Parts: sequence; structure tokens; C-alpha cells
Amino acid sequence: MSDRLTGLITIVVALAFFAGATQLEQPFFADPLGPKAFPMLISAVGLIAGMVLLLRPDEEPRWPGMATVLRLVLATLILVFYAYSLKPLGFLVSTAIAAAALSYQIKAELVRSVLIGICLSGGLFVIFKFALGLSLFALPRWLIG
Amino acid sequence: MELLANLHLGFSVALSPSTLMLAIIGCVLGTIIGALPGLGPSNGVAILIPLSFTLGLDATSALVLMTAVYYGAMYGGRISSILLNIPGDEPAMMTTLDGYPLAKKGRAGDALVLSGVASFVGAFLATVGLMLLAPILAEIAFLFGPAEYFALYLLAFCTLGGIGSSNQAKAAISVCLGLGLAMVGVDSSTGLTRFTGGNLHLYDGIDFLVAIVGLFAVSEVFIFIESHGRESSIGVKLEKVTIPVRQIFETRWTMLRGSAIGFVAGVLPGAGASLGSFLAYMAEKSVAKEKDLFGTGEIKGIAAPEAGNNAAAGGALVPMLTLGVPGSGTTAVLLALLMTLNITPGPLLFTERPEVVWGLIASLLIANVVLLILNVPLVKLFSRVLQVPAVILLPGVTMISFVGIFSLSGSYFDLLLMIGFGVLGYFLRKLSIPTVPVILGILLGGHMEVSLRRAMVLSDGDWSYLFSTPISIGLWLAAIAGFIAPLFLRRFLSIASLRKEGEK
Repeated sequence: MSDRLTGLITIVVALAFFAGATQLEQPFFADPLGPKAFPMLISAVGLIAGMVLLLRPDEEPRWPGMATVLRLVLATLILVFYAYSLKPLGFLVSTAIAAAALSYQIKAELVRSVLIGICLSGGLFVIFKFALGLSLFALPRWLIG
Repeated sequence: MELLANLHLGFSVALSPSTLMLAIIGCVLGTIIGALPGLGPSNGVAILIPLSFTLGLDATSALVLMTAVYYGAMYGGRISSILLNIPGDEPAMMTTLDGYPLAKKGRAGDALVLSGVASFVGAFLATVGLMLLAPILAEIAFLFGPAEYFALYLLAFCTLGGIGSSNQAKAAISVCLGLGLAMVGVDSSTGLTRFTGGNLHLYDGIDFLVAIVGLFAVSEVFIFIESHGRESSIGVKLEKVTIPVRQIFETRWTMLRGSAIGFVAGVLPGAGASLGSFLAYMAEKSVAKEKDLFGTGEIKGIAAPEAGNNAAAGGALVPMLTLGVPGSGTTAVLLALLMTLNITPGPLLFTERPEVVWGLIASLLIANVVLLILNVPLVKLFSRVLQVPAVILLPGVTMISFVGIFSLSGSYFDLLLMIGFGVLGYFLRKLSIPTVPVILGILLGGHMEVSLRRAMVLSDGDWSYLFSTPISIGLWLAAIAGFIAPLFLRRFLSIASLRKEGEK
């Protein structure tokens, strides 16, 4: 089922890619091939591969249970939060929160996770700032002023 | 004589204190990265590349550091294979077959030392091979026109997809995904933007470092959360380490055979180290008198794959440096490094920047000696890193990836794109669609298109030009064979069956 779905998605994406390629302008002074041909070639190969997968799928992979899926979604959200918080919250705070939350996802022990978060954020900050000389903001900018 | 002059140049670069220091740091870091389960050479090098830029290293230094990490990781991979029965990286898979059983018999020390020496023999001979073969191949590469390069890229995708995956269709999807992503951004020959959806961030195209770190490192975090530390098996304790001189001597031919096989497998574009160690193991098993001993802790079963995978690592550098076509996942990452440093690999690199090439080769020779010292007498020290629990390691890797990518561009968009690639990588890996072709596609897509278009300019749109020289016809045939042959040889050759054998 998963492979058939993947094949189907591939076909749809390949068709969309092909359609996108046909929409490209062909400039007057272009080379004989122009900007369209290669993307079209790719989508053609993708289309064939998608069809093969749709018709001849492999055995089903083992997907995780609901609880794990939830944990994975949560982990993704943590990463997105980390991406957005890195600048406004500063390195130390955002890293501590994200690292603690991530390690809690791997092993659910609250105290240990919080400790790991704080130590990782501190340790990495020292390495990045002083050994590698990256310019990182340690703390939220409104605190430093 | 020219070789000696070149080597002299190389060593004059490599023996400068700062370069030497970087090589040693790279070896140490690499061994640690290789030893940590789940952190192999490709994702290890990937997360370190952005950081090496922020250090402001020049091209030679950055290349020396990263290839030292690469070689180091190839050495280190065996440590967790032998002690934990978990390969530290994919090429170290074959080492678990005999390494772990031998360790269970209480001879973990012997297994580690023997495999360390085998790694040295493989890597050293391969570096010598690189030294001899690369200049010759670079000469041949001068004969390559756009049509030949187009066929060569095709060959790389076909062999990588054919051998590295258990399903040709999945490999093709992966290649198309990579090539498609490479099309995003401004078209270099007309200046038009393509497939950007009007998003300004995409005008420069998708940064391959973002894709690499996402696909390799971030997806590893997801896979790990899912497996939930399930794989953490009980390791073998490492007691006293002595040097089993007699056994090293007994396996000398095994090591030489393994090195030769591994080197050839490495040079073939797209085949890589996993194939090298697999073939070396299988070949050794087929010539051995006592076949039944393989899998129960046979020393030859440790020496052969380790010599093979390290030799392949060196061999894979040959096509990467001379033709710009990487032979494995990690050399793809190294190619990304070169491209970001504005060094174009290829024959011109050998004539215009000999100090880069020969400095690198000399550093590799030095790195090998350093690694032998690190991995034989000091192996006990490195086996300690296996005790770092995943709850610390995985968040740590994530944070390093984020800071690395953030320091490249300082944009949220790249971080989000990286997370996106992480999620994509998770699904691809669950569906057993190989991720390396995606990277290779993003890296080489632009070049492949340019060479096709140039060929068409030269021939004024005549497609038969692509098959007009003996070299290009040979490459096309090899590409087709590389893609189709595994369909028939699957039972004997595929990485998938290798994997199953590893799980037994």
C-alpha cells in the first residue's frame, strides 16, 4: 500500500513538474535545447518509475504505532520551534528548551532531560563561541539591550 | 620522477604545523564520529562542513580536515560493529558478522587491533593507488567533452541506483527527486528562474548543504526516536588489548586481496564502500578452506571487509577528484564541500591547483599513520565514546546541525527547509528509497543539464552526438549495464541481502 501510494504521488509530482516546465518561457536567443527540455526529461523518467512502483510494490514497511507517530510529530514541532526561537530567544534558552524536549522524546525522564538540556546548551555554547568563534547571541536580545 | 616532485610539493603543504594539526584533529573527530552508532561518515562530515566554513579555513585546510574526518570515520565504524554488534556506519556492516562473535569469545581486543591494522593496510594501499591512478585518469579526463560528461553522470546515477538500492524504480525516483530539486532556481544559461514559485529564498537554488544535513542528520533523529533506543544491545566489555602479531601475519594475503577488491569497487562511480566491504568478505569466504568458520568469529572475516571498506574509501576519491563524480555517499558530501569552496574537481584541478590535490594526498598518508596509532594502542579510549547515551547524543547532533546551517546563511528559511528534508529523509528511509541519489542529483543536476545543453549546442540539436565517440558509447553501455545487471545479480550482490545477513 505504501509503495503504491508513493508511486501515485511520484506520478502526480512528475506531471506537475512537467506542466511547470512547459510553462517556462523560451527565450529567443536560447541554446537549441533551452531551459525546458531537461526538466521534462526528468519528469518523464520519474513518471515511468512511479508507474513501475504503482504496479509492482515491495512488501509493506513497518510503520510505527499511533503513540510513536505522535512523538515524531511532536519532535518535528520542537525542531520548528527551535528554528524560530534561535534568534529571538538567544542560543542558551532556545537550545536548552529544544534539547530537553528532544531528549524527553527519546527517553521520558523529566529531571534527566532538563539537566541534559541545560548542560548541552551550555557546553555547545562554549564550544561554538570560544573554540569555533561563531557569533551567537547567548541570551534574548531584549535582555542584553 | 614527476610523482616524487608532486609528493614533495604535497608534503611541504601537509607538514606545515597548522595542516598537520588539522589532520590530527580530523582523525580524532572522525574516529569518534565513526564509532558512534547512527553517526556515520556521511552525516558526520555533513554536520561538520558548515562549521568548518565558519572557522574561515582556506580550501586546502578545509579539505584536509574533512577528508581526515572521512578516513577517521571509516576506521571508527568498526568499533561499534565489534563491541555492540551495531555497525557505526553502513560499510562497517560486514564487520559485525565475524567481529561481534569473536568479541563474544572474549577476544574483543584482538578483533579491534586486527581490524585496525586491516583498515590501515586498506586505506594506505588505496591512498597509494589514488596517487598513481588519479593523474592518469585526469589525463584521460581531458578527452571528455560535454557528451562524455553527460554519459558519465548518467553512469554514476545508474550504478549508484542499481547497486545501492533493492528496487530500481525506487532508485530512479530518488534520482529524479534530486535532479528535480537541482532545477529550482535561476537557470545558469538563460537567467530565467525555474520552479521557485516566486519565493525569493529559492532564487539561488536549494543549498545542497541544507539538503545533506536534513536528509542525513535530521532524519537520523526521527529514526532514532522511532526505534526508541530499541537497538541498544548489551555490548561486549573490552578487556586488555594486546597485539596479535601472529594473526596479523596470517591474514596478510586476506588484507591485500581485500584492499585490491575494495579499491576497484571504490573507483567505480556510484558503487562505494559498502560494496567494497561486501565483495571483499564474499571473495575471502569463497577462497577460504574453512568456509563454515565465517560468521563465527573468523579473523579473516574481520580483516577482509575492513581492508575492503577502507580501500574503497580511498578509491572513491579517484573519480571524485579527477572527474567530479563521487563514488559514494560521503564523497558526494566531500564534493559538496569542494563546490562550496569554489574548487571545481576535474582534470584542471590537477594542473591548476596541484597544491590542493597533492597536499590532500600527502595529508591522507599522514592521516593514515595517525589513525593507526589512534586505533590500535588507543582503541580503548575510543571505545569509551560508545557509552555516550542516545538521550544526549541525538539532541547534541540536532543542535550542531541547526547551528551549522544557521551560521551559513542566518535564515529561518534554510532551517525550515532542513527540517523539511529531515522529514522527507525519514519517509524515504522507511520506504527504503535510497537518499544518496537525491544528494547526488542535487549536486550534479546543474552540471548534467549544462553538459547536455552544451552537447546540443555543439551538435546543433542532433541527439546522435551523445553517442558519437567510443568513450561516450562505452559509458552509456556501462550505465545501462550498471542499472540492469543488479536485477539479475540481486541475489548475490544487493546491499539489501547484505543487510539481512547482517541482522541474522
